[in-house]
Amino acid sequence: MSTSLHLLADAPAQLLPARELMAFTLASHIILVPLGVAFPFITLVMHYRGLRRKDATALLLARRWSAVMAVQFALGIVTGTVLSFEFGLLWPGLMGRWGDVFGIGFGVEAWAFFLEAVLIAIYLYGWRRLKPRTHFLLGLPLPFAALLGAFGILAANSWMNTPQGFSLDSGGNPVDVNVWKAIFTPMFGPQYWHFVVAMVLTAGFVVAGVYATGWLRGRRDRYHRLGFAVPFTIAAVATPVQFVLGDSIARSVFHKQPVKFAALEIVWQTDTRVPEYLFGRLHEDGTVSGGIKIPLLDSVLAGFSPDTKVVGLTSVPADQRPTATQATIAHWAFDIMVLIGSVLVLLALWYGFVWLRHRRLPASAWFYRSAACAGVASVVAVECGWIATEVGRQPWIVYQNMRVAEAVTSTRSTTLWIMLAVVMVVYVFLFGSFLVILLKMRTRWRLTDLQQASADTGPPEEDLPYGPRAPVPVGDVPAGDGPPAGDGAGQSGGDRP
Amino acid sequence: MTADLIAVVLLLAVTAYACAGGTDYGAGFWDLTAGGTERGRRPRWLIDHAMAPVWEVNNVWLIFVLVMMWTGFPVLFQTVFSAMWLPLALAVVGMVLRGAGFALRKPSRQLAGRRLYGALFAVASLVTPFFLGAAVGGIASERVAPGTEASADIWTSPTSLVFGLVAVATTAFLGSVFLTGDARRFDAPDLVDYFRRRALCSLAVLTVLAVVTGFVTHEDAPYVWRGLTHGLGLFFVVLAGAAALVTVFMLLRPPSTWMRVTAIGVVASAVIAWGMAQRPYLLPTSLTVADAAGSPATLTWLAIVTLVALVLVMPAVALLYWLDARGELEELTDAELRGGSSTTGDGPSPGL
Repeated sequence: MSTSLHLLADAPAQLLPARELMAFTLASHIILVPLGVAFPFITLVMHYRGLRRKDATALLLARRWSAVMAVQFALGIVTGTVLSFEFGLLWPGLMGRWGDVFGIGFGVEAWAFFLEAVLIAIYLYGWRRLKPRTHFLLGLPLPFAALLGAFGILAANSWMNTPQGFSLDSGGNPVDVNVWKAIFTPMFGPQYWHFVVAMVLTAGFVVAGVYATGWLRGRRDRYHRLGFAVPFTIAAVATPVQFVLGDSIARSVFHKQPVKFAALEIVWQTDTRVPEYLFGRLHEDGTVSGGIKIPLLDSVLAGFSPDTKVVGLTSVPADQRPTATQATIAHWAFDIMVLIGSVLVLLALWYGFVWLRHRRLPASAWFYRSAACAGVASVVAVECGWIATEVGRQPWIVYQNMRVAEAVTSTRSTTLWIMLAVVMVVYVFLFGSFLVILLKMRTRWRLTDLQQASADTGPPEEDLPYGPRAPVPVGDVPAGDGPPAGDGAGQSGGDRP
Repeated sequence: MTADLIAVVLLLAVTAYACAGGTDYGAGFWDLTAGGTERGRRPRWLIDHAMAPVWEVNNVWLIFVLVMMWTGFPVLFQTVFSAMWLPLALAVVGMVLRGAGFALRKPSRQLAGRRLYGALFAVASLVTPFFLGAAVGGIASERVAPGTEASADIWTSPTSLVFGLVAVATTAFLGSVFLTGDARRFDAPDLVDYFRRRALCSLAVLTVLAVVTGFVTHEDAPYVWRGLTHGLGLFFVVLAGAAALVTVFMLLRPPSTWMRVTAIGVVASAVIAWGMAQRPYLLPTSLTVADAAGSPATLTWLAIVTLVALVLVMPAVALLYWLDARGELEELTDAELRGGSSTTGDGPSPGL
C-alpha cells in the first residue's frame, strides 16, 4: 500500500480529465441504454397486441417505434464503441492487469450485442416483406439478447465493486483466475436485477411520457391512449418491483461494501442507532450540515433494528475511502434516486387504483402532468444510481485492489482536456441532432395523421401494414429528374437525395 | 495451446472486421467521391439502400476484436492503446461521426441536413480506416512494445502511413465490388458499370500500394517482411495475388456473386498473411502470443464463449445476410408510417 499512498499524495494530472471524459461519455451513453435494452420489448408487446387483435393502431405504433429504435440503436452503437475504446485510451492499467479476470463478461456482452444488432436489423427491415408471423417471431429473441448483453456489462461492473475469483502472486498480479467466481460476484445478482427492472421502467415511462404530453395538449384519440397505456402499464408493474429490489440492493451494499454504504448514507463513525440523513452535506471533520435528520432510521433500514451496527467512513484510512465531497455526491445521488423511485411508486399505485376501480385510464390532468415528467425523472434516477455506485467506490477502480490513479493512462493531461472538448462538441451535436430528428419525425407523422383523418376512405381495420402493397421503390430509381420534390407525402424516404 | 487458438480467433475477427467493416467504409468512400448533389444522387441512393440493413452488424465486429484483445491478451491491449493512442482516438472520433452521420442522414429530409450528415459520414469513412491502418502499421514496424511511452508522433512512420493508405484503398476496392453487385440487385445497370470501373481502378491503386508496401516493409519492418516472403505468410500473399487476378477476371465479365467472394478472398488473405508473418509475435519482436496470454482459465472460457456464440450468432448473421441478399429487407417508407394504406389520401404516389 506504500505505492498507493504515494499515488494519492500526487494524483497524476491526467486523472481528472480522464475521469471527466469517461464520466461524460458514459453519462451520455446511459441515456440511450434504457431504450436500447427495453424498447424492443415494449415494441414487441405492442406488436403482439396489433397482430392478436388485428389492431391497426397498435401496429402503426409498433412500426413508428421501430423507426425511432433504428436511429436510437445506431447512436447507442457509436457511443458504446467509444466506451470500449476508452477502456484502452484512458484506463490501460485496468485492462492490462485485470482484463483476463473480468473481461469474459464483456466477451458475453460482445456476442449478445452482435446477436442483438443482427436481430434488430432483421426486425427493422422486415416489416415490408416478411410474413407477419415470421417477422414477429424473428423479433421475439430481441429482449433476451438485450438481457444477455446486460448480463455481461453488469458482471464486469459488479466485479469492480466486489472483485473475486483470483489470487495475487508476489508481484501483485492476478493468477489462478476462476472465471465462474469472477462473473457471479456477491454484488452481481442484486445489481443485475436492479438494473434490468430499472431499464424496463425507465423505457416505459419515457415512451409513455411522450404520449402523456400529447394528452395534455389535447390529443386524446385512440392512438395516443394506446401509445400511453401499453408502456405505462409495463412501467407501472415494474415500479413496485423495483422498490423492493432497490431496498434489497441497498442492504447488499451494506453487507458487501460497507464503506460505500457509509458514503451513500454519510455515516462517519461506526456505531449503532445511526440516524438517516435526507440530503445534507458531509464535511472533512465528519460533521453534517443541512439535510433532514431522522433518528435511528439508518440502522433500522440496514438491519431492521435500531441496534444494527453500521460501519462508518472512518473505519478505513483516509486514502481508502471516498473524500467528504465524493461521499456527499454519492449521498445526494442516492437520495435523489430513492426519492424519484418512491414518487414513481405512488404514480404507479394511482394508475393501478384507477384501473382496478373503473377499468379505464385516469382522467386527471395532474396524473398526465406527473406521467409526462416521469420519463425524465426516471432517466435522472438511472443516472443517479450510476453516480452513486461509481462515486461511492472511490478511490478504487477495482475495490481494494486497484486505485483509479493507478489505472489511468500516461497520456498528457492537456491532450486529454482537448479530447474531452472535442468529444463534448461532437456529443452535443449528436444528441442535438437526435432530438431534432425525433421531433421532425413526430411532426411529419402528426401532419400525415391529420391528412389521413380528413381524407379517410376505408375502415381503419383494413389498413394493415402487411399484405399486398404497392411495389417496392427499388425498381424505380429516381433517374436524374426524379419526381417533383414538393410532393413529398407519397415519396419513400430512402430515395430522396 | 489455448492461447494460440485464441490468437487465431482474434486474427479471424480482425479479418472479418477488415472485410465487413471495409465494405462499409468503402461505401462511404464512394459516397465522398460521388460528386455534387445532382451528379452523385444515384450512386448515393444506391449506397444508402445497400448499406442500411447491415452496417451496424458490420461494425460490431470491431467491438468483438477489442473484447478479444483485452480479455485474451490484456498486455497487448494495454500496450497498443498506450502507444497508439492518437491514431486510435482519431479513429474513434471518426467512427462516431460516421455512424451518426449515416444514421441521422436517413431520417432527415432537408437537403442542407442531408448534405451535412452525408459529408460527415463520407469524410469519416475515409479518416477512420486510415488511422486504424496506421495503428496496425505501428505494430508491424516494431514501434509498439510493452512499456512504450504514449507519444503523439510514433505513428507517423513510413509503414504506418503506407498501411493507412492501403487500408483506405482496400475499403474502396471492397466497397465498389459490393456496390457493383448491389447495383445489379437493385436493377440499375448504369451503376453496375459505374462501380465496376471504380472497382478496377481501386484494385490497380491497391496493387501499386502493395508494391510500395513491399519496399517500405523491407526497410522499416524487417520481421514482417521476412514473414511475408517465407512460408505461410508467402503462401497467403500469393493467394491474395491470385484472388486479385480472379477478381479482375470476374469484374470484366457480367457481374456475379462470385466476385464478392474473390474480393473478400483478396482482403482476407492479405490480413491473414500479415498475421502469419508476425508469428509467433503479437507485437513483432517484443511480445509473443504466449507472453501476452491472459490466465489459462479465462482463455478456455473465452474459447467456450466464442464457440457458444458462434452457434447462436452465426445462424442469425447468415439469416441476415441471406434475407438481405434476397431483397427481403426493406426499410419502412413514410407511407407505411402514415397509418393508412398507400391508396388513401394522395393516390398512387410517384415515388412508389
